[in-house]
Amino acid sequence: MDISGRVNGEFDNTWDDPQKRSPLVPEHYKFGDVTEQVCGVTEAWRPPKAWYVAFAISVSLLGLLGAMIVYLFFTGVGVWNLNNPVGWGFDITNFVVWVGIGHAGTLISAILFLFRQKWRTAINRFAEAMTIFAVICALLFPGIHVGRVWLAYWMGPLPNQMAMWPNFRSPLLWDVFAVGTYFTVSALFWYCGMIPDIATLRDRAKGPIRRFAYGVLSLGWTGAARHWHRFERAYLVLAALSTPLVLSVHSVVSFDFATSVLPGWHTTIFPPYFVAGAIFGGFAMVLTLAIPARQLWGLKEIITARHLENMCKIILATGSMVGYAYGMEFFIAWYSGNPYESFTFLARAKGPFAWAYWTMISCNVLAPQLFWFRACRRSIPIMFFVAMCVNVGMWFERFVIIVTSLSSDYLPANWGGYRPSWVEICTLLGSIGLFMTLFLLFIRFLPVIAMAEIKTVMPAAHGTGAHAFDYNPDEPKEHPQVSEGRQ
Amino acid sequence: MSAAATSPKEPSVPRSGAGVRLCGLLAEFRDPDALREAARRVRAAGFSRWDCHSPFPIHGIDDAIGIRLTKLPIVVFFFGLMGCLTALLLQWWTNAAKPADYPMVPTFLQGYGFLISGKPFWSFQANIPVIFELTVLFSALCAGIGMLVANNLPWFSNPLFNSERFRRVTNDAFFIRVDSTDSKFHLQQTQGFLASLGAIAVERIEDTIPTPAETRLPGGLVKTGIVLACLGLIPLAFIAVARSNKSSSPRIHLIQDMDNQEKFKAQAAHPLFKDKRAMREPIAGAIARGDLREDDRFYRGYKMGVDPKTNQPAPVYFETFPAQVPVNEAFVQRGQQRFNIYCSPCHGVDGSGRGMVNQRALELGGGWVQAADLRDADRRSRPVGQLFNTITSGVRTMPPYGDQIGETDRWAIVAYVRALQKAEGAAIEELPEKERSALRKR
Repeated sequence: MDISGRVNGEFDNTWDDPQKRSPLVPEHYKFGDVTEQVCGVTEAWRPPKAWYVAFAISVSLLGLLGAMIVYLFFTGVGVWNLNNPVGWGFDITNFVVWVGIGHAGTLISAILFLFRQKWRTAINRFAEAMTIFAVICALLFPGIHVGRVWLAYWMGPLPNQMAMWPNFRSPLLWDVFAVGTYFTVSALFWYCGMIPDIATLRDRAKGPIRRFAYGVLSLGWTGAARHWHRFERAYLVLAALSTPLVLSVHSVVSFDFATSVLPGWHTTIFPPYFVAGAIFGGFAMVLTLAIPARQLWGLKEIITARHLENMCKIILATGSMVGYAYGMEFFIAWYSGNPYESFTFLARAKGPFAWAYWTMISCNVLAPQLFWFRACRRSIPIMFFVAMCVNVGMWFERFVIIVTSLSSDYLPANWGGYRPSWVEICTLLGSIGLFMTLFLLFIRFLPVIAMAEIKTVMPAAHGTGAHAFDYNPDEPKEHPQVSEGRQ
Repeated sequence: MSAAATSPKEPSVPRSGAGVRLCGLLAEFRDPDALREAARRVRAAGFSRWDCHSPFPIHGIDDAIGIRLTKLPIVVFFFGLMGCLTALLLQWWTNAAKPADYPMVPTFLQGYGFLISGKPFWSFQANIPVIFELTVLFSALCAGIGMLVANNLPWFSNPLFNSERFRRVTNDAFFIRVDSTDSKFHLQQTQGFLASLGAIAVERIEDTIPTPAETRLPGGLVKTGIVLACLGLIPLAFIAVARSNKSSSPRIHLIQDMDNQEKFKAQAAHPLFKDKRAMREPIAGAIARGDLREDDRFYRGYKMGVDPKTNQPAPVYFETFPAQVPVNEAFVQRGQQRFNIYCSPCHGVDGSGRGMVNQRALELGGGWVQAADLRDADRRSRPVGQLFNTITSGVRTMPPYGDQIGETDRWAIVAYVRALQKAEGAAIEELPEKERSALRKR
């Protein structure tokens, strides 16, 4: 290891030294280096070729989504293969999956912030962006599945001459409020946090269009200490609000199922189980996006190997929670002595959807176990493979929960199968296109890394020449320059 | 280094305008430590209108400058409380309030008590999720927007943006700004003071003073504005005209919702037929399947004849049961069962006319006609056909039962009524021997 912490030319900060925390950015970095690296992503005259390829694919899929929605609207929900008894299929599966993916972004930006996990600074911006785009995809599905979409505004409490109001005792309406609030607060949190970084882009902008656009978006930010003071307070408040919010959102989503009487849905474990699954799936998505992004734009010294390793550990932890929940569902089905519950769970493992169930188990429970091994947590291909497994597995988890329970409930006379139509499959692909299009545009035009926050965790921010990284600025320091700088 | 830089750099501001206005001084420092130390000394020197500018929040700078803790969280708390109350009121009003209790409220704002699966109208447990979400929503909006408002943002015309050097404030440069409005501000002295703090450079912040012509809106803009405002009134005018006039043409039907279909509805007009009716009548003489009821005795209980006194057409009731019904014990028991369902509420189970509905109705008063005692002499003397017809068609306030009770059952009821009539005031000798002995044993 040389002075800059490089091993074989790659910055390595995955070592653990009890005397010294490993740095989150190379110690020789100056503030300007961070700015250069991050702004370079959007300021480059042309993005890498891979960006164009990815963007072309994403926009094509987005077009497919548009076509599917137009077809759906003009023909009716019959173009989906939903019927009695399976009235929720791909639409609600996709909704729950996308909302869940969003949760990791809020976890990183809010919960890890409250826990003072400073490594979050490198990934929080694009994890938050991921949240917003995922929630947009999520909001799409309940919006288009209502049948008469032109009456979708009936979901809101709007005054009308019929004196007709939504039923506030319905979990589906709680969902409208929970996801709506979640989107608004996440967008606000994201934008507020981005203002100082957009100001950086504004101050470096060359062309008049960039200068104007970033000028308007940065609202005239000057980095005044009084502004920073209120900014940090507001950020803390927003983090403190987002933390219970994110837990409430997936709990409410799980109420859609848990408050019904269907075997396999009517369980009290659902809220925590859904939240753990959401964070699990969301972190896999963060990894899926972060690995190619750091490779393509040379951000390996900002999104470091240690960041990826930390995320692997979270995936391992939440994946084990999800595995525990799967086991506990079986235990409760047996322990309750309820024949319908037992039947539903046996049907999941051995019935017509057993292939989906075992895909879910192998992707969500078995694949993350690789992360017990340090070598796997540090190998990019293995990491990426596991992340993709989890993305697939979490989709199947929601599919299994929704479809198996609906397809065979109490009376055998009610049973029925479900096979998605091509329109449903194309809509799912299209929603991935929508997500990726928004994400690629974000990478191209907005600051992908929270530069101002990275700068606060750099050694230089805590006194020149202070090599020991200051993780606990609140504790008294022996370092003369640092202690002198404090009152 | 700092000595060389104390001579203020020539600002690159004035491009046009009546002149240049001095807004303050800007001093750059090497790093966060230098900034913090300088800030402490600026504060000690008694300046009040000044601030530090940095690319990221610097730890300890608040104490050095003397920034008091912002009250934003307290404001957020009250907004959160407001969100909580809003959700509470909204849900109570829209799902639990009874419209009749608030007649002064216009219809479109009227609440409505929803009865859902017999749950109470106001069940606040079910309202907690929405209360929570709106509390968070209001608080978060207050925190984000409140921060911007308290920071006096957006402010696009900040004179600081005239400084080329200041552009690095969002990258890696650290500044102290002292406003010229500060009571202690003196250009040369403050310049010297800032340089003595170890500033790398000190420069003036200047702003152009706009000429009167520049402050005026361009003439074209005003004219365009007026034209656009006038054009904007046109839709409103159309709405006003539409609201004050009546029109016979159907309203604009944007979403069809299968409301208009290529078919004729029951009462619609049809241009093709002579009578202009879309609904067609059956051909004269046609009889629907099962509607051919030729047997007067079984289906009606009477046939039309002539009243010998008035020589007018009048019903002649049949005296005997039709051949289709077997009048035996099982038949009478069926009649009893039907009688107890349909007739006993008013006529009573014994046919005396003292049924529960009759008793209650008499108690309430209001034009109720006493249900007939089916066993009186008048009813005893009536032919079975007439009793049958009364059940079929009703009489006085008694409704017709022809469409609720089938013919055979109606005849069974008639048979049971006859049995009730026979039972009332019957002598024990009239009973069969078996029944008689059974009664004697009691």
